[in-house]
Amino acid sequence: MAYPYRHEQETVVLTRGFGDPRTRTLEGWRALGGYNALAKVLEMAPNDVIEVVKASGLRGRGGAGFPTGVKWSFMPKDDSKQPHYLLINADESEPGAFKDRELLRWTPHQVIEGALIGAHAIRARHVYIYMRGEFFEPAQIMARAIEEIYQANLAGRDILGSGVDIDVTLHLGAGAYICGEETALMNSLEGRRGQPRIKPPFPAVMGAFGKPTTINNVETVAAVPHIIVNGADWYRSFGTDKSPGTKLFNVSGHVVRRGNYELPLGFPMKEFLYDVCGGIRDGRQLKAVIPGGSSVPILTAAECEELALDYESVAAAGSMLGTASVIVMDDRTNIVKQVRRMVEFYAHESCGQCTPCREGTEWLAKILRRIEAGQGTEEDLDTLLDLGANMTGTTICVLSDSAAAPVASSIEKFRDDYLALLGRAPEAPALAAAH
Amino acid sequence: MANVNEGGTAADMVTCTIDGVEVSVPKGTRIIEAAEGIGLGIAHYCYHPALSAPAMCRMCLVEVEGAPKLAPACVTTVGDGQVINTESERALKAREGTLEFYLFNHPLDCPICDKSGECKLQDYVHSEGRAHGRSLEAKRVLGQDDFGGDILYDGDRCIMCTRCVRFMREIGGEDALCVVQRGHRSVIDTFYDEGVGENLWAGNIVDICPVGALLSKDFLHKARVWDLDRTPSVCASCSQGCNIYLDGRDNAVDRLRPRQNTEVNSYWMCDYGRYNYEWLNRQPRLESPLVGGTESAWQAAVISLVERLKALPSGTRVRVVGSAVLGNEDNGLLARLAEVVGDGETVFRSARAADEEPCPGFPVLRRRRELAANVEGLKLMGFSRVGDDEGRGGLEASSGDVVIVLGDDLADLPEDFGRGAELFVHLATHASAAAAGADYVLPVTLYAEQEGTFTNADGRVQRFWPGLQPPAMARPAWQVLGVLLAGLGDGAAPADAANAFLRVAQIHDAFAGLSYENIGARGALVNELVRLGAGAGEEG
Repeated sequence: MAYPYRHEQETVVLTRGFGDPRTRTLEGWRALGGYNALAKVLEMAPNDVIEVVKASGLRGRGGAGFPTGVKWSFMPKDDSKQPHYLLINADESEPGAFKDRELLRWTPHQVIEGALIGAHAIRARHVYIYMRGEFFEPAQIMARAIEEIYQANLAGRDILGSGVDIDVTLHLGAGAYICGEETALMNSLEGRRGQPRIKPPFPAVMGAFGKPTTINNVETVAAVPHIIVNGADWYRSFGTDKSPGTKLFNVSGHVVRRGNYELPLGFPMKEFLYDVCGGIRDGRQLKAVIPGGSSVPILTAAECEELALDYESVAAAGSMLGTASVIVMDDRTNIVKQVRRMVEFYAHESCGQCTPCREGTEWLAKILRRIEAGQGTEEDLDTLLDLGANMTGTTICVLSDSAAAPVASSIEKFRDDYLALLGRAPEAPALAAAH
Repeated sequence: MANVNEGGTAADMVTCTIDGVEVSVPKGTRIIEAAEGIGLGIAHYCYHPALSAPAMCRMCLVEVEGAPKLAPACVTTVGDGQVINTESERALKAREGTLEFYLFNHPLDCPICDKSGECKLQDYVHSEGRAHGRSLEAKRVLGQDDFGGDILYDGDRCIMCTRCVRFMREIGGEDALCVVQRGHRSVIDTFYDEGVGENLWAGNIVDICPVGALLSKDFLHKARVWDLDRTPSVCASCSQGCNIYLDGRDNAVDRLRPRQNTEVNSYWMCDYGRYNYEWLNRQPRLESPLVGGTESAWQAAVISLVERLKALPSGTRVRVVGSAVLGNEDNGLLARLAEVVGDGETVFRSARAADEEPCPGFPVLRRRRELAANVEGLKLMGFSRVGDDEGRGGLEASSGDVVIVLGDDLADLPEDFGRGAELFVHLATHASAAAAGADYVLPVTLYAEQEGTFTNADGRVQRFWPGLQPPAMARPAWQVLGVLLAGLGDGAAPADAANAFLRVAQIHDAFAGLSYENIGARGALVNELVRLGAGAGEEG
């Protein structure tokens, strides 16, 4: 069965196996040249692997866009003393994001191969793939793939006779969004409450089990085998100078064709929406776009006109490319309702450690619910903004900031949506009824 | 890499400026500790000097010049040349904002909350919070939960600092509490129905709770804390000698709280000691000296008793019974009296537990086997133990003896106790059936009503102060005994407890060189060589 939809403008690298169940098997992945990159890397010195990835300009696909090679180079270079760990963050749980899921369920070996290469580069002897608990199908597929690589001596002791030992373990989360935050992920992996840790110490110094650790996103490591086989220059032939390579764009919302598209970074937003995704559903007008998953500021239709989809351009427009999880909203969308729904998500998912987040997310949600019910005042908007400001930069992780950002950006850009709802219902319905 | 120790001490020090004050601290010192050093208390809830710091309450955020974000002072170590500002606009705004979040779900029921008056939420909100709240929303209601033992949990007041969770894990040695649920639904809970009731150290979580979320059932609605008199004292319930406060009003003790002493009990005390204070409130008390069962004035009683003592033939066998819950001063002068009067034998009775119970997270602190504060002091002054581990028996009096009993209420002894003795003196706090026939019953004060010192199991002499008013006619035993000794021509009566101690220190080598001045509020060790000599042959 063909993958649901593939657009002619796509640059197919990571998504090559999508839609073909054979790619899920070791045999199928090898038929596509799989594990050649690993064989090549096992003959290379770890530092040389890091240099190749550095040269490629590959940036982390988990949202922050930090250069992967640089991240790997933070790991201690003396491998003899203590274990190192590579954690693959497969806890994809940002509302709007569903790109890693597809990589995991169609190309498990692509992810594993990239992880093994990364492990060799950072001198890790153990890879943990931390997968969100709800990914039943991807987990089954991944578990089978891990079994296959052990049988084929692509994992375990003395991989392919190279003398390198790397174990791969699949670990399932228990359903908390915050466990996608890398330090909360480590806590969860260790069997603790999934709560972010204070940094410093940074994971490369003291991470999982108190040892030097690197955490990479699924899509990040999936790109690594291709870079090894084809070279850094080849990878840089896609995308822009500062945002090289291809990226999976996962689109949801009011477009004709929702789904995953692999495009070079820097692809024009307008072309993406109207050509690749087939335009706005039902012939409506575009109202707003959240370009990088729920935690990034919202963009108006006007702001999308000239926008290019790469890290720098989206940041310059006042938002973030994040996970490139594009949420599209047409002109019928009630932005207040959308923001309320999102803030409720963050209130539900706040780990509860830091007070501004624990109390603030709930407070924002309650005010937004009241405004939506027509019992808001203009004062509430000021309160929302001030609470948001008090929730920003005051907590251990950025969940709090993420909850506050869409509130602030939506009040700034779609104030009319709020004003339309203010004072529509009597201030206190129960009291009014009593009179 | 350069040796960090190169250049000696200076290399191990860093200098920073906090609110304009320059301060040098050892490398690795946290900002909150450095600030403490210059007398600057940075607001905090989750941080506690004896526990791990999760940096989650977000109250101690301070501005570090050059840093993009505010830094939690409880975990951020001081960097050399750092300029730290706790009162910058950003820091103040963050504290005000965070305090407002704390109040979003807090019931503000201060008028019925036991913590009111010593509550950090109340304190900080009043000093740095917004004048008026902005919340129009309904508050979350969680209600109360019985945590077992003496502990009651009020979820609505809880600010989720997790001090209690960390205390139970890190000091109490038991993962008895945890946070369940997450986000604003977070709540502290026990596992199944086990609770914290079995843990000997659980009472401390009430003290370290910054708000009124953890309540003592024993103290529940008993007093407003600003009505309490607080007296520094020493726990009398075992020979550890935990430093405590006696908190009470209307001349009764309402609760005991630990007083910090790093050498003895850190910030903690055990529940056995904590809840063992009703004996200090026990009524009725002996109000007047009794001579031959008849009320007498002190002067007449003392004069006649001195005459009786003087008249004793030399070689009279004198047996004195000391008290392990009275001071070195009282027992020291009692021992002296035995010596002066005749052929003295000094004994004491005191209950002993089967085992000691160390505090898992601070093993220096133990509920000791000896269940009274001054057993070590008695031993140092030559008293020997009689009776069983319940503190009973061992006092069968033989005729012809002089028996002088201090403190011991003789509860296990028959009414004719002491009848056979030539002279029976009971220096006591409460009337005792066994002493009904005593020649002299002299009302003395409880340790909580007088100044004095105990010597703990490690030989640490620690002072206590009067927190309660004694009954009108009761006198400290050292005073009564000092007057008797003076009457017998053995020196001048000491004018106060400090002089009584000096007198005892002259008699007993172990206390040589010690005085109230150098014992201070923290205590001082007795002469170690003398102590080890005295302890030889006795099992710990």
